[in-house]
Amino acid sequence: MNRSRIPLSGFAIVLFAVVFLVPFAFILLTAAKTQSESALLDFSWPTQWAFVQNLQAVIEARDYLLIIAFINSTILTVVSVAVVVVLAAMAAFVLQRRKSRWTGALNLIVLSGLVIPPAVVPTIWVLQKTQLFKTMPGLILVEIAYAMAFCVLLFQAFIASVPRELDEAATIDGAGPVSLFFRVVFPLLRPIIVTVVVVQSVFIWNDFASPLYFLPGDENATVQLTLFTFQGQYNNAYNLLFMDVLLVTIPPLILFAIFQRQIVSGMVSGSVKG
Amino acid sequence: MATATAGRRSTYPYWFLIPGGLIFTVFFLVPSVMAFYFSLTRWTLFDQEFIGLDNYVQFFREPALASGLTHTLIYALVTSGLKVVLGMALAILLTGPIIGRGFMRSVAFFPVLVSTIGVGLTFQVLMHPTKGIINQALAVIGIDGPAWLVDPSWALLSVALVDVWQGVGLATVIYMAGILTIPGEYFEAAKMDGASAWHRFRHVTLPLAKPATISVIILSLIGGLRKFDLIWAMTKGGPGFTSDVMASVVYKQYQAGFYGLSTAGNVVLFLLVILIVLPLFWLVNRKEES
Amino acid sequence: MRYSAAVLLAGVLTLSACSAGSLGSNDDDGSGKTAITFLTNNDPANVKVAEGVIAAFAAKNTDVTVKLDTRPQGSEGDNLVKTRLATGDMADVFEYNSGSLFQAIAPQANLTPVTGESWVGDLDPTFKQVVSADNEVYGSPWQNITGGGIFYNKPLYTKLGLQVPKTWADFMANNAKLKAEGVTPVEQTYSESWTSQVLVLADYHNVAAADPGFADKYTNNQAKFATTPQALAGFQRLEELKKAGYWNADYASAKYNEGLAAVATGKAGHYPMITFGVTAIETAAPGKVGDVGFFAMPGTDAAKNGVTLWEPSGIYIPKSTEGDKLAAAKKFQAFLASPDGCAAQAAATPVGGPFAVKTCKLPDDVAPAVKDLSAYVDAGAASPALEFLSPIKGPALEQITVEVGSGIRSAEAGAKLYDEDVKKQAQQLGLKGW
Repeated sequence: MNRSRIPLSGFAIVLFAVVFLVPFAFILLTAAKTQSESALLDFSWPTQWAFVQNLQAVIEARDYLLIIAFINSTILTVVSVAVVVVLAAMAAFVLQRRKSRWTGALNLIVLSGLVIPPAVVPTIWVLQKTQLFKTMPGLILVEIAYAMAFCVLLFQAFIASVPRELDEAATIDGAGPVSLFFRVVFPLLRPIIVTVVVVQSVFIWNDFASPLYFLPGDENATVQLTLFTFQGQYNNAYNLLFMDVLLVTIPPLILFAIFQRQIVSGMVSGSVKG
Repeated sequence: MATATAGRRSTYPYWFLIPGGLIFTVFFLVPSVMAFYFSLTRWTLFDQEFIGLDNYVQFFREPALASGLTHTLIYALVTSGLKVVLGMALAILLTGPIIGRGFMRSVAFFPVLVSTIGVGLTFQVLMHPTKGIINQALAVIGIDGPAWLVDPSWALLSVALVDVWQGVGLATVIYMAGILTIPGEYFEAAKMDGASAWHRFRHVTLPLAKPATISVIILSLIGGLRKFDLIWAMTKGGPGFTSDVMASVVYKQYQAGFYGLSTAGNVVLFLLVILIVLPLFWLVNRKEES
Repeated sequence: MRYSAAVLLAGVLTLSACSAGSLGSNDDDGSGKTAITFLTNNDPANVKVAEGVIAAFAAKNTDVTVKLDTRPQGSEGDNLVKTRLATGDMADVFEYNSGSLFQAIAPQANLTPVTGESWVGDLDPTFKQVVSADNEVYGSPWQNITGGGIFYNKPLYTKLGLQVPKTWADFMANNAKLKAEGVTPVEQTYSESWTSQVLVLADYHNVAAADPGFADKYTNNQAKFATTPQALAGFQRLEELKKAGYWNADYASAKYNEGLAAVATGKAGHYPMITFGVTAIETAAPGKVGDVGFFAMPGTDAAKNGVTLWEPSGIYIPKSTEGDKLAAAKKFQAFLASPDGCAAQAAATPVGGPFAVKTCKLPDDVAPAVKDLSAYVDAGAASPALEFLSPIKGPALEQITVEVGSGIRSAEAGAKLYDEDVKKQAQQLGLKGW
């Protein structure tokens, strides 16, 4: 490394740290302050650490609402992602392998799933007609529907690189379509499955609008909604609000730490979803 | 290849499409199509009545609703413009000879993953006109910062800036991927010819990173036009109606119980997205074919 | 292997069928008691009252257990209530607004009428009217009648020798003196936009005093805010105060509890608010409730000066409640219209105004602002707010008043825009003549 680059690098590192890390440091510090100190909204070291007390207060608030929300969000995320991975991979397999005059139209429909903003009230209408409004399975089905297009496109692109000879060999060995797919093809998709799982988990965990519309009610709160209700609830208790922000941010943080590479490449290849 | 699909039983049966396709159809396509009908009705939870285009007339006549359309366009243009410029600048910096590249990339990318509501609430505090650390920091260097979210002329822009803060990491990574695919000889050749850094950027990087630019534009336009959570967390469309966008207008009409009107807003947004994004897709495809 | 994916899918779907529900509190203990659920809004002060009332009710009615359920406040909560009613999934007994919002939940179709109950005779006539539809009564009162007007700092008034103003001119003169003293004349808190509507809404007594038929004409699409001078005045006054520079410097970012603290500590002279605010003063500015007085929105005519009243919300029983639960819900509803119910509410939180039940008395230690309000009510110088006289209230009023109060939109343009908003509401409600 050339010595003249050190000042520039140093400057860039400091700038990045200030712009991108200070807000996170602010969350962390405010979450550790007492209520009166947090109301000053300043960026300072807490004179009195109240981290544990705040943690306890946030967890106990409103009859352990946060615990309920964490359970709900976990169920929502795990189930939606598990289902969408299997169904999207199946659909992508056939869409990629079997070309017909329908292919163009089907691909256009898939693409529409990425571009079109979902129609909210008619979705509620469908959920009501199917007795699924305000239920966790209803919200899960909606999340699956919204994630489907993105996942199908990613799987399609990846399956294109899986040689067809494998399919043929398995078929000659007497494998039917189901065992061909689940025994031969699905295991080969592992890299892209990891990407899809990680990226979709982050998206669904962070989703705010869908639970707001399709699963209203305190007893059904997801973690993103607790941020919102706590904001009104706590008024000036910024320490508790930011403790909640911190807790809600931790799961994606852990995923990011473990799967950085997959998340970044997944986001880039599926960047249209934004 | 044809041997694999012997007989009528295919190796790639269409029923594989059914489970996923059914969920997608019932919970996404059907509501999207039904929206066109519902937007022509006066619809409360208790009754429903066909009223033709009245909801659309209402939408464009009422300034509070119509301004949502303008704000949406401004918001989408500002966020995607800034993401293109900053994303490319950061990508050039991070693909260049610099120490701490991995650290900077991670740091800039992390906000992409954080809950948008959390980001919104955090910046609402950081942007407090008097007590917020942004204005306190500006005051140190002698700048009297604006009131950000509570200043009618700054509110929409403030949210857009936070959107850029959160999303620029993704744009950067896309550009980095784009720039790294440019063969090094191009830069070497340009250097040999004595091209300045600006010339190398203008005549090598910029044209060859075009696919990345189009990706960034498409993704940030789609995201920007549909944005709801960040705006709702930061201003709820306020002060007054000054930062109301289509998605927040749709939500407010829904909250008020005006389901037909809310759905009409949805359809307007839908058409807006198609109108803006479809030509871009078309452009990309044509470029790829030629 | 072939079936394992299907099994996995079935497994996750079963798992997903249960959402976490609620932790920490017990449901039914199965001891033969009737268990009912009571739904109310999740404002912390309100929850405290609900818990107090439930405890007092449980002490008197050992055969019934009441479980508390909460919903969000504001329009989000409105939506939830409507949805739960429409899907037949409402709590056994619930609290919800009276007046226009009550009319919007289609009481005839969704609620159990209780006109024949003995406690109905004890209700304040105006309250009875705002929980009735087609001559049937549906609700008992939740909490108190409150008044909209202006909170003022009493020590400041004494120190500067100011009199409680009865006309707008007197009020502006007081503001000028406060300003000269270096005190914020009028506090505004637009971070919580609902607080911005108070000046306009609380002016309604003045509108009604000048034009008693306004509410009917307004409902029938014959009178508009922009073209009725008395109605337009509310918007103009908001604009006048902004132009005179009488707001606090941080009006755009200040919050409700900061506004209460400002008027309670004397940082500001006035804060336009509804008297339910007294219950929150204790937390916003501990020990200062006694320094806050209240007066009605000053109008043009001192002789007609009076206060605009907000009726209590109601306790209703949905049609979906039947059998033992219905009997238990009726007991709970009746309890709130009894002296014991009033006492339980008063014990849980400082009351914000008189009770809407004739057999209930205000405690002697009420806040001065509430005593000021009661004086207007006792003198008969009071009118219900417009939203209790007409089913129409435009949903965007708070955004419009923020704009007028911030100088983004003129009073005339704001009133016009509000008329549009009202028209939209009336059309969407499907009212005749719009």
